[in-house]
Amino acid sequence: MTTLLPTPGQTVGPFFGQALPYDGDSTLVPAGRADAIRLHGWVRDGQGQPVPDAMIEIWQADAEGTIVQQEGSLHRDGWTFTGWGRAATDLTGHYTFSTVVPGPTAEGKAPFFAVAVFARGLLDKLFTRIYLPDHPANAGDPLLTSLSDEERATLLATAEPTGLRFDVHLQGEQETVFLHHR
Amino acid sequence: MTTTTDQALEAEQGAVPSSDAAATTQAEISAEIAEISQSVEQAGEPVNQPLLGYAPYRSSILRHPTKDPRHADPEEIELWTPCFGHSEVDPLEANLTIGAHAGTNSTYAGEPLGERITVSGRIVDGDGRPVVGQLVEIWQANAAGRYVHKHEQHPAPLDPNFVGVGRCITGADGSYHFQTIKPGPYPWGNHVNAWRPAHIHFSVFGRAFTQRLVTQMYFPGDPLFALDPIYQSITDQKARDALVATYDHDLTAPEYSMGYNWDIVLTGPARTWTEQEDNR
Repeated sequence: MTTLLPTPGQTVGPFFGQALPYDGDSTLVPAGRADAIRLHGWVRDGQGQPVPDAMIEIWQADAEGTIVQQEGSLHRDGWTFTGWGRAATDLTGHYTFSTVVPGPTAEGKAPFFAVAVFARGLLDKLFTRIYLPDHPANAGDPLLTSLSDEERATLLATAEPTGLRFDVHLQGEQETVFLHHR
Repeated sequence: MTTTTDQALEAEQGAVPSSDAAATTQAEISAEIAEISQSVEQAGEPVNQPLLGYAPYRSSILRHPTKDPRHADPEEIELWTPCFGHSEVDPLEANLTIGAHAGTNSTYAGEPLGERITVSGRIVDGDGRPVVGQLVEIWQANAAGRYVHKHEQHPAPLDPNFVGVGRCITGADGSYHFQTIKPGPYPWGNHVNAWRPAHIHFSVFGRAFTQRLVTQMYFPGDPLFALDPIYQSITDQKARDALVATYDHDLTAPEYSMGYNWDIVLTGPARTWTEQEDNR
């Protein structure tokens, strides 16, 4: 089978606001539910300035580590966990999800949120991962163990009373480690 | 690749900050585009994805990673993709000329102004296998080149009968189909007299999260291609061409609308193909 030329990406631009965000996009589970956490953070540019026209998507297993194949992300019913969510940043570059902590998809695997980042000025999406702080399986994760301490720190969320915080640095000293999958 | 990156960085360090966009001419931008294109050619490695640090597109200067992405073997979750379906996308949302998008008041007084078009094609993976039952989202300017958006500054007229947002779910053969109007080109603030070629934004999900793609579809023969730093950030001509739809007379509806075909090829590892997926 011949491999076809992949269609290149292009920036999401400044005008996605009418098209991509929708009611319930960032609410994987209702805020306030017993196991709900807030996953939030800021997207910043190379000068540390907030990026107010970025969009973050997450894709994750449920709390038990099951990968869900359920429709319902576009019309949240409050009961169906679909594992996928989308959050545009606000004027301060801030994004927020209401979700659950992902479980390991197999025994000994480090759980993480798979992440795609889009923004005006960013010519193609960026992939990264949000790992859980202090998870015992992190010590054996092939990606985390391949990174320097500083790099690893960019992929670890910070624990907070209400959940997790994770900032995305598109550039700069704390530049987030972004991923290429082959 | 190294040369390319160095070149982009070098161009960037010398670049006029975007606040000086009012002082930068198209000729200067075009010269930067030509210089990068030449150095990429000399390096012998045309890149079939956009250069993320592409100084002629001023907004990219502070918003691109300076380190190469890390290679990571995809983990299980990344080999799966979120599941969308017919339960949540009304087939009417594929028709942008009737205003059925969920987020809008759907009772339009009439039809949008502009050239009616059909945009249709197939979404496949690198091996040509169809992406079945997946979500496609599009957004675009109206025929006058204006978006419905609070930060839109182009004083072209809004069209009360056009929002410019559509969605659909791909068919069993990976096909999608939208009825809309041809968007106009529009000015933007990158430099003096900067104009974007007419385009439709596409957001596409593949067979794995690794295949997620947001891109733009252009129209054949646009005179603005050579001048546009967003389009030119893809330095390989063949790859750029892959973003341009083809006029397709078979998709043209008699007495009604012009037809364009545009196929999308997603890249990125996925799970092994299964029979069930064929039947999904």
